[in-house]
Amino acid sequence: MAETKTYREALREAMVHEMDRDESVILMGEDIGVYGGTHLITDGLYDKYGPRRVIDTPISENGFTGAAVGMAMMGMRPVVEMMTWNFSFLAADQIIQNAAKVRYFSGGQVKVPLVIRGPNGGGVQLSAQHTHSLESFYGHFPGLKVVAPVTPNDAKGMMLTAIRDDNCVIFLEAGALYGTKGEVEEGDNAVPFGKARIAREGSDVTLIAYGRQVNLCLRAAETLEEEDGVDAEVIDLRSLRPFDEDAIVESVKKTHRAVAVEEQWRWFGVASEVAAIIQEKAFDYLDAPVERVSGAETPAPYARNLELLAFPSEKEVANAARWALYMEEK
Amino acid sequence: MPAKDGRSENGDVGARGEGAVATTPENLAELYQKMVLIRAFEDACQRAFRQGKIGGYLHVYTGEEAVATGFLDAYREGDRVITAYRDHPHALLLGASPGEVMAELYGKRTGLVKGKGGSMHLFDVKRGLMGGYGIVGGHIPVGVGLAYALKYQNTDHIVQLFLGDGAINQGAFHEAANLAGLWGKDEMCPCLFIIENNQYGMGTSVERATAMTDLAAKFDSYAIEHEKVDGMDLLAVLECAHRATERVRESGRPYAVEAITYRIAPHGAADFLEKYRTKEEVEKWRERDPIGMVEKRLLDSGDLDEERIEEIKQEAKREVEEAVRFAEESEEPPAEELYTDVYAGEGEE
Ligand SMILES: Cc1ncc(C[n+]2csc(CCOP(=O)(O)OP(=O)(O)O)c2C)c(N)n1
Repeated sequence: MAETKTYREALREAMVHEMDRDESVILMGEDIGVYGGTHLITDGLYDKYGPRRVIDTPISENGFTGAAVGMAMMGMRPVVEMMTWNFSFLAADQIIQNAAKVRYFSGGQVKVPLVIRGPNGGGVQLSAQHTHSLESFYGHFPGLKVVAPVTPNDAKGMMLTAIRDDNCVIFLEAGALYGTKGEVEEGDNAVPFGKARIAREGSDVTLIAYGRQVNLCLRAAETLEEEDGVDAEVIDLRSLRPFDEDAIVESVKKTHRAVAVEEQWRWFGVASEVAAIIQEKAFDYLDAPVERVSGAETPAPYARNLELLAFPSEKEVANAARWALYMEEK
Repeated sequence: MPAKDGRSENGDVGARGEGAVATTPENLAELYQKMVLIRAFEDACQRAFRQGKIGGYLHVYTGEEAVATGFLDAYREGDRVITAYRDHPHALLLGASPGEVMAELYGKRTGLVKGKGGSMHLFDVKRGLMGGYGIVGGHIPVGVGLAYALKYQNTDHIVQLFLGDGAINQGAFHEAANLAGLWGKDEMCPCLFIIENNQYGMGTSVERATAMTDLAAKFDSYAIEHEKVDGMDLLAVLECAHRATERVRESGRPYAVEAITYRIAPHGAADFLEKYRTKEEVEKWRERDPIGMVEKRLLDSGDLDEERIEEIKQEAKREVEEAVRFAEESEEPPAEELYTDVYAGEGEE
């Protein structure tokens, strides 16, 4: 059974599912309770579960994220909302220095079953300080898991998995897509981490993305088919740590060409990692260099036209695919 | 005496009369023994550090023994303890063997955390020690979360959260204290803040680091009651510790104690030059050495004689020598340990 739901509803459904099942699951964050949540993800949950399980925190990201680490070390399962991931820089000390590392430096004596979630990235004209994509920033740290679902079904299924995970999961929501709809499986549809999804099967070139760029790739694939007769495969990575290397390698062995797409800046980013993995594991299968499509190397601008230029576009992805296919000169 | 609302008056240091713990001579002698052992342990690891046998950073507790010894005397099984990197005594007082602690400093597989943390990260979760942490102030929010969890899980256990005077200037402290005060209103934060005010954060004195030097009074901003105690006087600390822990346990609310103490040893074992304080100042504090003061009391009362005192010192020395031998003879962690304990649920269960 499946029903059409928004990304937002799917996330809420997962949290309710887990809170009903397990008393140790609690929610914390700024304005998630009485106010209903800035993005309405937690709307109604304060009334349902009360102030001890849906904790409205003061505006103090480092403090409450650290407290959540302490709760998690005691066996609770806090789900912390970052009003947006931009604000997590204030909590970075707790996330990186404690949540990611404490299991290791305690010699395995503690676990940190903690989910930190919230909207990631940009696209809604919030300008520089409210637009930031943190996937490679957090993906860099062993001890953290980093996931970025794009479909409502994955939003729910991966949230179930995140809450049940015994580690700190950085849950990067496709903030610009909270209102988008899709089929969501009823009940327990837990989606395992570390398994990419083939969002579109194809044979000529592999487009690799995560988060809202997956949708961009799907549209570019349509264009490529219509205008160029090219059959592109689209891979939704879903989870960046752990990372499904096999899915990429298998696809490239089939298509021999690849384009890696990311919203964030190019330097030291996810697309670089994808390109390096392909080079290491599928070099002999490649018929062209791996292309990268990334965000502009600037802080995010406000003006709509500039913002559109700052992030990867459908056109850029299609063009990169044409370069990888040697259909056009760079 | 405390003011009517139970808060300390500015600068009021000393033991309170009411609710004094009955410290028997046997008890006191036992605590004296523990302090002597801690001192001997710290001396030995500092020596080993200078011989290059211990790496990284090493921060000893010399001079501050009465604080941890007094507060952890009020520890009850099931309580939790969290502290920063000056954590050897906390581990020892909670029952870790000197051998396990020393082996950790030596980076051996028999160490308290398998050689993965070293001096700054002693953990002994089964005995309540939720860790030593290396980022000044970074453990304070974690401790407040531990306290919330203890209440959420319907226990009557509390958290003893040790922090330095330097940590109090970090945002993390202020954010955590605010959460503690807030959650305490709902009786959801049984957290005892224990400031080990040893007068310095590395080489910067309290006067040079903080605009308002009454550290206990900073808790006023967060509606957390507080007092000060003479951290060189074990009896004063004991009295305060037992009263304060019971108060936190019964109320579910946070409470803060500023223990005025002094770090006789250098900040870190690698520090030789001490430009920031005078020899005279150190000498002056040495006269109030917490171990010496208890020793004198035991001698004066006739509860221990010189001979027994000497025996205790020799026993501690032997125990620490044994710990050093154990550490030296233990094996290094196997190379496979590099990749274990990064994630829960991998390569186990
Ligand atoms: C965030 C951070 N800044 C700086 C340091 C370096 N550092 C280590 S110990 C210390 C002094 C801290 O003083 P205090 O909290 O009073 O503890 P004490 O060493 O006196 O026990 C400093 C500055 C650190 N470890 N973490």
